[in-house]
Amino acid sequence: MVYTFDGTMDGLLTAVFDAFERHEQPEALLTTGDALPLFCERMHEVVTDETRAQRVWTGLEKRLSREALRLITVSWLSEMQELNNPLFMYIFKTFQQPAEKPSIERNFADPDVLSVTNIARKVLHEQLRMKQFVRFQKAKDGTYLAVVSPDHNVLPLIIDHFADRFRDQPWMIYDAHRHYGYYYEGSGHPVRITFENESEVPFSLSDGKLNDDVLSNDDHLFQDLWRTYFKAICIRERINPRKQLSDMPRRYWKYMTEKQ
Amino acid sequence: MLTDSTLERLRILAESAKYDVSCSSSGTVRRGKQGMVGNTVGGVGICHSFADDGRCISLLKVMLTNYCMYDCAYCVNRRSNDIKRATLSVSELVSITMEFYRRNYIEGLFLSSGVVRNPDYTMERLVAIVRDLRTVHGFNGYIHLKSIPGASRELLNEAGLYADRMSVNIEIPREESLKLLAPEKDHQSVFQPMKLIQQGVLENKEDRRRYRHAPRFVPAGQSTQMIVGATQDSDRDILTMSSALYGQPTIRRVYYSGYISVNTYDSRLPVLKQPPLVRENRLYQADWLLRFYHFKVEEIVDDLHPNLDLELDPKLAWALRHPEAFPIDINTADYEWLLRVPGLGTKSAWLIINARRSCRLTSEHLKKMGVVMKKAKYFITCHELTASTLQPLRGINELSPERLRPLLISPRQQRLAEQEKQLTLNFDD
Ligand code: SF4
Repeated sequence: MVYTFDGTMDGLLTAVFDAFERHEQPEALLTTGDALPLFCERMHEVVTDETRAQRVWTGLEKRLSREALRLITVSWLSEMQELNNPLFMYIFKTFQQPAEKPSIERNFADPDVLSVTNIARKVLHEQLRMKQFVRFQKAKDGTYLAVVSPDHNVLPLIIDHFADRFRDQPWMIYDAHRHYGYYYEGSGHPVRITFENESEVPFSLSDGKLNDDVLSNDDHLFQDLWRTYFKAICIRERINPRKQLSDMPRRYWKYMTEKQ
Repeated sequence: MLTDSTLERLRILAESAKYDVSCSSSGTVRRGKQGMVGNTVGGVGICHSFADDGRCISLLKVMLTNYCMYDCAYCVNRRSNDIKRATLSVSELVSITMEFYRRNYIEGLFLSSGVVRNPDYTMERLVAIVRDLRTVHGFNGYIHLKSIPGASRELLNEAGLYADRMSVNIEIPREESLKLLAPEKDHQSVFQPMKLIQQGVLENKEDRRRYRHAPRFVPAGQSTQMIVGATQDSDRDILTMSSALYGQPTIRRVYYSGYISVNTYDSRLPVLKQPPLVRENRLYQADWLLRFYHFKVEEIVDDLHPNLDLELDPKLAWALRHPEAFPIDINTADYEWLLRVPGLGTKSAWLIINARRSCRLTSEHLKKMGVVMKKAKYFITCHELTASTLQPLRGINELSPERLRPLLISPRQQRLAEQEKQLTLNFDD
């Protein structure tokens, strides 16, 4: 038995609902449009249903700790195809577990629990990397802009940090890969933004640089100071590109001032 | 405010500060405050970049001035060195810190200084900068201030109100060696300010119990550093010192800095073609064992083994010296004993403890949990290894530590260790 779903979290939760309603355990959960396995005889197309999804989620809230629920939400931000099956099975098995038994959330011998946990860890790791590597430039109007393109959809996980840290300065962090960002006015909460016409934004999506006519006057100076500092702090007798690359993988460099 | 020469002076003063290896911005959790900029995140802090030498850049590590009236043999900034000297003004330092911070380049400032005129004069300037940052510019990020030995208690007390962390470097673990290289210093000059800071922290804790709003004093505690390989001091000297320091309530981190031959003309110092990086790394691993793996210093180094094995990490070295402690049963051993297994870290130990509540673990499970089975397999028993007779167990006791050792050393580790022995050889003669 193979299920197909629309690739949304609600769709996945609906799939769990369907499986229980139909008294079956599908061998695989595929996204609509994926190539089907060769000998796929029976199929069920999951029709995403918010009410069903909500009921499954409410059920999870009763059975799992808050920490485990957060891990599930975080794992979803990975946007990884490989997550679908283990996450489906994790949730499915959670409901199969008799109520008097402890939840499976910490049974890391279970391959599905372990996969979901590991994927969530990857996402958490990358959100840390964004907190490390985001680089702002200051625009003439006082807004600080940073462009990123993380592997996972981590912006929702980092905006609270930036709002707390830079609470007195307006900023925007834009995900060039997912075409959305968050804007913070200098007070209140950051808001999600998209551009109707992305090609007209006053910054480059490929290197994050603000156009010269909107860049604040002393920004070049501070960028130069930072690049100078970055070079000066290195001890030449200890050059170690291997370590540098493992802690700061090259794919993040394109938006980083000191590496531009 | 900033002039054309600021850039050049920042370069000089970063170059002068870079041999202080402390980088972390750890130890304080402080949320943002209304009307201020910045917070601190606690945990291990945030590294914002990694220099070409692979070292983390978390704080703007810079000296106020690299003029110095002292002549410590191991230091680039010693007065007898002919290097470019520079000073940054208070307003320059404040402005660079604020602008770097707002662009998310740094977690904060790590400020130190050479000693000019006298310790109090120098310390006063340092305090002026951090006071300005906190009270005038609303800076709420991380501040690490290196204290100037010999500065007055009053100045230390004021500095502690603005700094998250303060440090005084021991540099050389044995006092005879220190006096040889830095005749103007002794252990007293290092431990005295450490003690004063400690007193300040403890008194402040007391105050805060009584008045919840008493301002915090050096909330992230102290750190220090020792130079490795500038003297004959052994790893045992170094680690015994570290262990004693960790016994103090306010010492959070000890850093180890492989000596870089900056002053080759000084015959009191060895001429190293390359800093002893393998040794430095082994010391960090040993330090880690002291802090997180419940090891005692005597278990890591002793009379017979005063220096760490360069080819093996100290935990593995311990295991090979103690075959009688193994094998360890993954399904029943305490957390402390799991941590003793080579190839098994705190993360996998935690996963194991949780997972084995639900089922008996096999080596397949362990592999998936990130245990390095290549190493661990000689030291453990788990479900199928005990249950099956198909695969007779050949652990440390069957093989003997001598025969096991070569199986556990990678060619790369061996090559690096060999190189390092060669390059530091001329010092031992
Ligand atoms: S007092 Fe400090 S800066 Fe001055 S020479 Fe000694 S170690 Fe260097």
